[in-house]
Amino acid sequence: MRIIIKGGRVLDPGHLDDIMDVYIENDLITGIVEKGGAPPPFEAHTADRIISADGCIVSPGLVDMHVHLREPGEEYKETIESGIRAAAAGGFTSICCMPNTKPVNDSKEVTRYIICQAKALASVRVFPIGAASRGLAGDALSEYGELKDAGAVGITDDGKPVTDSQLMRRVLEYSKSIGIRVISHSEELTLANGVMNEGSTATRLGLSGTPNAAESIMVMRDIALAELTHTPIHIAHVSTRESIRAIRGAKAQGIPVSAETAPHYFTLTDAAVFEYDTHAKMNPPLRSPEDRQAVRKALADGTIDAIATDHAPHSGLEKQVPFDEAANGIIGLETSLSLGLRLVEAGVLTLSQLIEKMAVNPARILGLAGGLRIGGKADLTVIDSSAKYQYNAANGFSKSRNTPFDGWEFQGRAQCTLVAGRIVHEI
Amino acid sequence: MGLLKKDILDVDSLSIDEIQTILDTADGLKEISSRPIKKVPTLRGKTVILFFHEPSTRTRMSFDIAAKRLSADSIAITAGTSSMVKGETLIDTAKNLEAMAPDIIVMRHSAAGAPYLLAKTVSAGIINAGDGMHAHPTQALLDMMTVREEKGQIAGLRIAIIGDIAHSRVARSNVAGFTKMGAEVRLAGPPTMIPQGVDTLGAYATYDMDEAIEGADVVMMLRIQKERQRSFLFPSEREYAARYGLNRERLKIAEKDVLIMHPGPLNRGVEIAPDVADGPYSMILDQVANGVALRMALLYLLGGGVRNADHH
Repeated sequence: MRIIIKGGRVLDPGHLDDIMDVYIENDLITGIVEKGGAPPPFEAHTADRIISADGCIVSPGLVDMHVHLREPGEEYKETIESGIRAAAAGGFTSICCMPNTKPVNDSKEVTRYIICQAKALASVRVFPIGAASRGLAGDALSEYGELKDAGAVGITDDGKPVTDSQLMRRVLEYSKSIGIRVISHSEELTLANGVMNEGSTATRLGLSGTPNAAESIMVMRDIALAELTHTPIHIAHVSTRESIRAIRGAKAQGIPVSAETAPHYFTLTDAAVFEYDTHAKMNPPLRSPEDRQAVRKALADGTIDAIATDHAPHSGLEKQVPFDEAANGIIGLETSLSLGLRLVEAGVLTLSQLIEKMAVNPARILGLAGGLRIGGKADLTVIDSSAKYQYNAANGFSKSRNTPFDGWEFQGRAQCTLVAGRIVHEI
Repeated sequence: MGLLKKDILDVDSLSIDEIQTILDTADGLKEISSRPIKKVPTLRGKTVILFFHEPSTRTRMSFDIAAKRLSADSIAITAGTSSMVKGETLIDTAKNLEAMAPDIIVMRHSAAGAPYLLAKTVSAGIINAGDGMHAHPTQALLDMMTVREEKGQIAGLRIAIIGDIAHSRVARSNVAGFTKMGAEVRLAGPPTMIPQGVDTLGAYATYDMDEAIEGADVVMMLRIQKERQRSFLFPSEREYAARYGLNRERLKIAEKDVLIMHPGPLNRGVEIAPDVADGPYSMILDQVANGVALRMALLYLLGGGVRNADHH
């Protein structure tokens, strides 16, 4: 199979940024050719497919390092197949799935099951993240060696924090010998007893609030433990300005910390909860305008390395209930790129920075292959940054529709997604 | 005369005119409760469901009596007796209620916003009888009725509300109602009981009780919930009573003819001294009596007013 992606702006931050043609043979990139440059690896007339990328960006495949696929256990919300289809439509070539499935992914069996299911679909790559503690119970290490050998690329108790600081210290220390990245859901549970952000909106609506400090206290602890153990730590879904200040300070000290945020934190504020919209309920909660601004600035200055969706499918059973009782989380795979492009449109990030946050950095943090190079895997995303469309969750690929962005008008999306030279999504 | 609204979910969404209409109607209906035969046929053939998902004696009984005095058929279901204990979702319960064609559903729920969900699901009128910490519009309306009855008008009065503002739906609805009608509201309580972003409610907040009640025309005390001690909101009832309890000595700085109000049930000797609760300025039992009239007014306006007439 030979494919040429013709006439696009090939953008691999720090390496390539020019109008070029990408030549693909089977699963590999065999040529990246500028006009009048080196001879192509094969003649255009021998190509099986020529994809016109005029006016489009050809990017390394996007990577979402924080996704809940719900399988095994909650297939009524999402399956590996539906999650993969949503990911492909969103421009992602690799996604990393969190271990809070039923059963929990704390074993090679579950890890292998997920990988096996995904491979059978020959589409977006799925990299499981294993449980940091056995059964996510927070009282014993899970077997990182076995998890890594089975294909896990990180460990976390995501969905809840590792509250025991001694255990968290051991998690970090032990992970070092295995060479697997620790991802922290940083939350001080005794302070986090609200159902939304603490502040005026919560007060007006009579909903209990969780203060910013519930996050930043734990971010600071995790930074201290990363420093103590000289072990890298990745902070998931950063939402507050205080956490950002702590991470910025830690990076300046040379402490090995990286961080991600989610599109909703740079797009929305807690005002979106009004009036009792359970599609604006997630953990950490949507914050104040000042926090949203701080998140944007932290993306721009590099304090936050990555954009990850925290794609969290839930059915109406969990969302069409009183706000207090609603489950946390929203889907995000199909809107992440469009929301990211809004940052470019607003001048917050350059296109190159956006691709760093959505492709290069997540791959680097978790040690996945990435980038556009000759001889490398043909994982790439063709982005049409001018296409205007209205997002309609009911027409999406995810099995769930829990999103506050339903009906939003967007400009820019994935035109075409290729994984190992296979077209897995195309408009 | 009537309301164009389908539901009464909060005070914020009522206009000044609507509040006046409700209070005027309640004033007019109050007399029925002092007749030897305390019943009029106004809502005969109407069905009112009292859907109480949280324990309540006073409010539920008040609505029940109000419905019966207007000849409506009222049926009470509570969390313990509804199939919600069997795992049915709120929306499914609501659809089942709807299928039995009630005209009005009076709802109390422990979750803020639950009546909004119900209002979106069913075509019957919904009256919010208290949702979590959010709103208790009928309490605020009956409080406004009581104050207006005594003082002639609400505009220009100074109202003090003392206690656990953060967790009080009564406080939220009263701030919304009294400020809308032109009164000045001051809130007081310990910092642990003043919510973040309290300004958004439209009232001045202070930690100093005396500052709030100085020159007040109305002092409204909120019930202190003993279980809040467990969430570290106050150290003991003793210290709370000393710093935020209402007693005769404290009242000296209020206006001479100050009204003392309390939504009940009382913790005598904690937030309110017994002699103040039983004293000449106490409106506490008038509030209860007016509660029936006010709820009759709402049932009448939603169940038999303009909206209903339009359907015939």
